[in-house]
Amino acid sequence: MAGPDVSELQTFEHDVLVIGAGGAGLRAAIACAAQGKNTGLVCKSLLGKAHTVMAEGGMAAAMGNVDARDNWKVHFRDTMRGGKFLNNWRMAELHAKEAPERVRELEEWGAVFDRTKTGLISQRNFGGHRYPRLAHVGDRTGLELIRTLQDHGVHQGIHVHMECTILDLLKDGDRVVGAVGYWRETGRFVLFKAKAVVLATGGAGKAWRVTSNSWEYSGDGLAMAYLAGAELMDLEFTQFHPTGMVWPPSVRGTLVTEGVRGDGGILKNKEGKRFMFGYIPERFAPETADSEEEANRWLKGDKSARRPPELLTRDVVARAINAEVKAGRGSEHGGVYLDIASRLPAELIKKKLPSMYHQFKELAEVDITTDPMEVGPTLHYFMGGIRVDADSQMTTVPGLFAAGECAAGLHGANRLGGNSLSDLIVFGKRAGDGACEYADKNGAGQVDNEQVLSIIRRATEILNRESGANPFVVQEKLQEMMSHNVGIIRVKHELETAVEKLQELKKEAATAKAHATSQYNAGWHTALDLRNLLISSEAVARAALMREESRGAHTRDDFPGERDEWLKYNIFIKRGQDGEMVVEKRERAPGPQGLVEIAYSKIEDLESGKVGAEVK
Amino acid sequence: MATRTFRVWRGDKDGGKFVEYTVETQPGMVVLDGIHRIQAEHAGDLAVRWNCKAGKCGSCSMEINGKPRLSCMTRLNTFEPGETITVQPLKTFPLIKDLVTDVSWNYEQNKRIPPLKPRPREADGNHRMMQEDVDRVQEFRKCIECFLCQDVCHVLRDHGKHDQFVGPRFMIRLAQLEMHPLDTEDRIPKIRKEFGSGWCNITRCCTEVCPEHIGITDNGIIPIKERVVDRYYDPIAWFFKKVFGGSKT
Repeated sequence: MAGPDVSELQTFEHDVLVIGAGGAGLRAAIACAAQGKNTGLVCKSLLGKAHTVMAEGGMAAAMGNVDARDNWKVHFRDTMRGGKFLNNWRMAELHAKEAPERVRELEEWGAVFDRTKTGLISQRNFGGHRYPRLAHVGDRTGLELIRTLQDHGVHQGIHVHMECTILDLLKDGDRVVGAVGYWRETGRFVLFKAKAVVLATGGAGKAWRVTSNSWEYSGDGLAMAYLAGAELMDLEFTQFHPTGMVWPPSVRGTLVTEGVRGDGGILKNKEGKRFMFGYIPERFAPETADSEEEANRWLKGDKSARRPPELLTRDVVARAINAEVKAGRGSEHGGVYLDIASRLPAELIKKKLPSMYHQFKELAEVDITTDPMEVGPTLHYFMGGIRVDADSQMTTVPGLFAAGECAAGLHGANRLGGNSLSDLIVFGKRAGDGACEYADKNGAGQVDNEQVLSIIRRATEILNRESGANPFVVQEKLQEMMSHNVGIIRVKHELETAVEKLQELKKEAATAKAHATSQYNAGWHTALDLRNLLISSEAVARAALMREESRGAHTRDDFPGERDEWLKYNIFIKRGQDGEMVVEKRERAPGPQGLVEIAYSKIEDLESGKVGAEVK
Repeated sequence: MATRTFRVWRGDKDGGKFVEYTVETQPGMVVLDGIHRIQAEHAGDLAVRWNCKAGKCGSCSMEINGKPRLSCMTRLNTFEPGETITVQPLKTFPLIKDLVTDVSWNYEQNKRIPPLKPRPREADGNHRMMQEDVDRVQEFRKCIECFLCQDVCHVLRDHGKHDQFVGPRFMIRLAQLEMHPLDTEDRIPKIRKEFGSGWCNITRCCTEVCPEHIGITDNGIIPIKERVVDRYYDPIAWFFKKVFGGSKT
């Protein structure tokens, strides 16, 4: 296929183009449509299938429906502590303040959350959240979120472009003015001209072998933004969810919701020991139960009891499981046991965790109402991503915005469960609003035909090559390599090996060849994804090599423990003038005093008003 | 190492044929894993839709040994050892390529359905609904839009009445809205005239194939048909219910 004449390319013109139709992208598009903007929404899959659908536990919002002591300040404090204080202060503040209204708005649009006894939106306990805070629908909250936004969105006049993959962004000078993509169905190219572009493309979990992420998670937004000159940050922080399935092999990594532990599930090693009591970090000791008896009282609702250690933050639980397995106390297939069967009656398990019940029954032939699940860590989430302005979500490239998992800042070094879905709706809306404002102020730019043609050439080369590497094989090699060298426990020489191997893999990927048909051509799509996966992987490996401490989800075997001097820095990644990846640490601006006091306060002082009372 | 042979439909709207592929298998594999092995080892251009691979997104619907199933939730060990597994695309929708069909008609139906029109919030800014009043609505909202029910519906599959009946998926979307405690919209006239509730003759095939085990026919379609009947064939009773029995029938 030769590159077509640009004037003959199918072309769409939008005020705002949103790339990605998970929770953040849909919410951004709805915000744009609400302002009367001509809005385009591109999704790689069919509408409503994006990875948001996999989210299970809930969305965190301090509504105080179940425990009236909850408020935005406690949520903010939990988020900062969970992120090991490396979060963007302003984003953590906005998120905690705005999440409740964003959740209530979903109800207006048709979402039907589980209810409290008085008919309000019910809220459940989750790791790292002091109070029951997660609005939820059983264990399928992500489905509820995406379907609600989808069903609302289709009536707002949004132009939805389904099964379309964006290849690269177009620039006019410094600013972004559109993008080029292709229809997965036909392989034909398509040009989008836009006054502003919002990226909502998620993370790059598909670079690892054991991951809860689907094929769509190939780091497209990270790579496109990077190549367009945007800064990335905090990439060293990749969250390993403590509980993925470990058996059978074909579903290794598939998520097992934290809701199992929120509803009383406990972790045991092969000796039957409830091991989490041995892994409570000092910072969390005052707020964590130190005996099974106390943990059980908490579960029954005793407000004087402290939280069970299974509900410590994800980084802590994932490392504990890893350590148990390494010490030879793991389960039959190399995980640990997650037991809900001995904790709740069978009927209640089916009612509260229906998806988990079916998932294990049908995929692993395990009945979770009678037997324990086997679980282990799985690559789940990128805390890092594209650097954005906290209020508008604009990246360092004018006209380019980012929201959701592909943006960085809110979660710092580790994300709390439930803070992702709320992130999507809070910052999805903000990114949409930000993009509208930019579009109003700046109007349309000029599209450079040469850029369009060069994007198309890069894509067609893969089909036109006589011979070359099998893209599936290259992807499998990348996954093995990243799982081995940039896993849950990291060490200098392995990270260095990763950076070296990535250079070899880049060369190999550059020769990838696919069958010369362009209709739904999985080989071609995989070959195109490789570039984005490789850029994302290199960013993670290089940032992980630079951060010589263990903080949150980033654990260095050679630098155990948090080191205070590293709290001063975020790590940024940018494309250098010669195309090389530049990594640098930059000092963080100090947080506003009132917020700093809240984040570091004792919970009693915050709740008595001794600290933070004046912060509005 | 064990192996398994798949008979996969290859082709497009102009025609095609079944092609056999044999791949190695591991314990616990599902049909979609087999298709992925075929893609990686034999046919990089084999077209298939999939996403979550955990039965939550409803992308990988196909007909497996003649039955509409999610390929990510169909384990190989549910077939006889040595049995060849035949996979082909959904029959009810136009074929694009191999195992991928054009399901855009479903998205058009969704746009036609009047959305939720909620009553005003209470004075404290909240809506209140009791759990027992939303249990049924939540059952319908479990739908993952795999369209297996649409595929198997006789009205669509055998009679091609796509222009007259929205199909089971959207009947339960309508039922869900009609039973929603906050809703103030009246869709009953449209359900009868435009969405074609009369076409369903309650064979329950849709309910049988639903991977979410939604009681599509008994809990959704039949009550909706009853509401239509009440309205149009017993208008006096409907009027009394409307006046004395709350705002919605």
